[in-house]
Amino acid sequence: MNILNLISRSMGALLVLICISLPTQAADDDTLTIAYNVNLPSWDPTVGLSAVNPTIQSIYKSVFDQYIDQNPDLSFKPGLLTDWSWSDDKTSISMTLRENAFWHDGTPVTVEDVMWSLERAGNPDTGNPIQFIWGKVGEMTADGNTITAQMAGYDPSLFPWMAFLTGYILPKNYFEKVGAEGFEKAPMGSGPYMLDAFERDGFVRLKRFDQYWGDAPAFETVIFKFVTDASSRVAEIESGSSDITIEVPYEQFDRLAAVDGINGVSTPVSDIGMIFLNDIEVMEDANVRKAAAHAINKPVIVDRLLRGYGVPIDTLQAPEYMAYDDSIKVAYDPELASELLAKSGYSKDNPAKFKIQTTRGFKPKDYEMVQAIVGMWRKIGIEAEIEVYEIAKHYELRASDTLAPAAFYNWGNSIGDPSTSTGFAMFGPSPHSTWDTEDVDGMIGPLWGEADEAKRIDGYKKVDAYIAENAYVIPLLQYVQPILHREGISVTPHVANFVLPQLVTKQ
Amino acid sequence: MSLKQFLQRLLLALPTLFGVSLVVFFLMRVVPGDPIAMMTPPGATEADVAQLRALYGLDKPIITQYVIWLGALFQGDLGTSISLRQDVFSLILERMPATLELAFLSTMIAIALCLILSLAGAYFRDRIIPRAVDAIASTAQAVPDFLWGLIFILLLGVAWPLFPISGRINPRLDHDLVSQFYLFESLIKLDFSLALELLRHLLLPAIALALPMTGIVTRLLKVSLEETWKQDYITMARARGFSRWYILRKEALRNALIPTVTLGGVQLTFLLGGTVLIEKLFSYPGIGNMAIGAVIQRDLPLIQGLILTFAVMFIVINLLIDLSYSWLNPRMRHG
Repeated sequence: MNILNLISRSMGALLVLICISLPTQAADDDTLTIAYNVNLPSWDPTVGLSAVNPTIQSIYKSVFDQYIDQNPDLSFKPGLLTDWSWSDDKTSISMTLRENAFWHDGTPVTVEDVMWSLERAGNPDTGNPIQFIWGKVGEMTADGNTITAQMAGYDPSLFPWMAFLTGYILPKNYFEKVGAEGFEKAPMGSGPYMLDAFERDGFVRLKRFDQYWGDAPAFETVIFKFVTDASSRVAEIESGSSDITIEVPYEQFDRLAAVDGINGVSTPVSDIGMIFLNDIEVMEDANVRKAAAHAINKPVIVDRLLRGYGVPIDTLQAPEYMAYDDSIKVAYDPELASELLAKSGYSKDNPAKFKIQTTRGFKPKDYEMVQAIVGMWRKIGIEAEIEVYEIAKHYELRASDTLAPAAFYNWGNSIGDPSTSTGFAMFGPSPHSTWDTEDVDGMIGPLWGEADEAKRIDGYKKVDAYIAENAYVIPLLQYVQPILHREGISVTPHVANFVLPQLVTKQ
Repeated sequence: MSLKQFLQRLLLALPTLFGVSLVVFFLMRVVPGDPIAMMTPPGATEADVAQLRALYGLDKPIITQYVIWLGALFQGDLGTSISLRQDVFSLILERMPATLELAFLSTMIAIALCLILSLAGAYFRDRIIPRAVDAIASTAQAVPDFLWGLIFILLLGVAWPLFPISGRINPRLDHDLVSQFYLFESLIKLDFSLALELLRHLLLPAIALALPMTGIVTRLLKVSLEETWKQDYITMARARGFSRWYILRKEALRNALIPTVTLGGVQLTFLLGGTVLIEKLFSYPGIGNMAIGAVIQRDLPLIQGLILTFAVMFIVINLLIDLSYSWLNPRMRHG
């Protein structure tokens, strides 16, 4: 039994050694540690599944530069491009590259890098999920730092997309030298931070890039720790192991924000909670749809379930979006809802029946919200059966247009363009729409290529008003992002739901 | 176990693995969730979706996909991860050492605790200690590993912050480790400060994983020791004047271990399964944590590769258990 004795004694000695060893994670004023809610699957921000994952963009935006950048209020500002415009005849675009930008190896960012990045993004073989936008960029020529590109068609959302998913410029020469696999192992960008160490599913450590063209970030070192479990993130900030964390339950946010040494900031972000309606079964009856919309008391849901961390909304445009129209209202009116149902022969004794699908735990209180809504509906004569599914199932059903008559979902749109909210969510031919009727398609269709921006925005406002009037979708609320941070630092929240280390300062 | 028997067991593992591959492959394609639907951007046309599907080889009939996958598998190619866009085999090789180190330390802790508790329980018979051992073992067994993890995080990570509660290594540390076996390599290189740092990260998840196994195995070993104590050869040893402690360690323990090892082997497979939740809770970068991400993303090649890896590990554990019988019981060696 010598081996077993050895094991017992070794384990005993080990425990003693570990217990007497001092903690190694001492406070460091020049290092910012963020307990982050998702892992970083891939370092290439332009291809694959992770490229269209909005939650990863904070890390990408720390290392890479976008063509165009966004202020915390979603307004656009120069990124690596200082100027951008469509030609008067809308057949070409012009882009000017800033002169003082460098890659992390010290070589300058060139127009060749920009043109190569756009060509690569538009090439269907590379697997860029937004190829349908980048593929419209045709032949490019450069004159000094200005690039002119012929366009396959006018798309008013092209430049907003340059600040959105996959809109990053990568280093041509370096990428061609190391290849895609080499780039995954040693990525290089031109952003405010450069990669220092990366442990997959563990952490990423970034170092400040001294040649960055913009303002120098406050912290020399930034660590994103991948802590995907919400209770573990709470423990990270509470124990002082991390300086910032996000996506914690609202109850915990309220509790910890009141704790000495921890502060909380929250801001409404570009993420909408909504109920998709499908044009099947009882949802083809306008009275049922309208009754379902009027029966939901959104402020009560926000106050009681989300502890006030949400903004009730009645359209798919949040107040920060370009086409937001505060005159569009869908009032909470259960009496009107009952009357509408009665017109179609429904009542509490003879309720309208349908299924509503929802995730459980994917978004804060998603299932609980649907439960509350089903309770409100029951009071007016709607009997909804709840079906819980995973988010992967939702995507599958939505892509095949086989969602239930009602389905809870959240829709993000960090560039605030109406085409990427109402447009894609409600236009029938889009793989992400659920309501497919000619009247809405007829209104949205002409707006895709509308060259007059004021007319385009006004057009979307009219679409939103029409949709609200006919209850083709039920927008519920704009989410609020809770951010917890230690005392001594200041965090500027970003409406696009980013937590950018370059927006964190020392107090 | 003779060499011939060992080789026979190895050969028998092949149809098991084939069965696992078959079930996993077809099961993953009938469960809800389409990876392509998840990565389809707004505005993509049906042609774009079809192109993406073709890019990942998901446009072919399931049987054809399986044949292609199996053919590649025989050449050591587990495919390319959809979400991570890297070779699945390399990804698993990169991450498995972290899980193996965690499982190894958990097992060592469980063995040490089992021995200490059961020997103490058997030695101090008719006194308060056996009851205390039973209570400890029952509690360790009754509380699931993830709950132990949460308790440790709250007690030793937050209330009394002695241990790190996430990750495998302090992100601020630079190291020159070349393998993914961080702990073993640091010990081989005699870098004890790094080894201690790694152990500080490993300890809480390892104990959380070890406790349920400790509970159930301790109870069995203690009972087994008590039964063994009634055997004639033990009476003989007592008559010869050997001390109680000596007899327990030198005479009774080896025989009492035989039934315990079988149960321990089964528990070890549970322990490996438990790494999935524990790694997630402690943000520990092993294959368990990777498996959760793969399932959420419906990363079919990665899920298939990970389940096959777990199956191989289970088979290897069972083989080792069989081999340990021979070591513990010489009659089986010569039978």
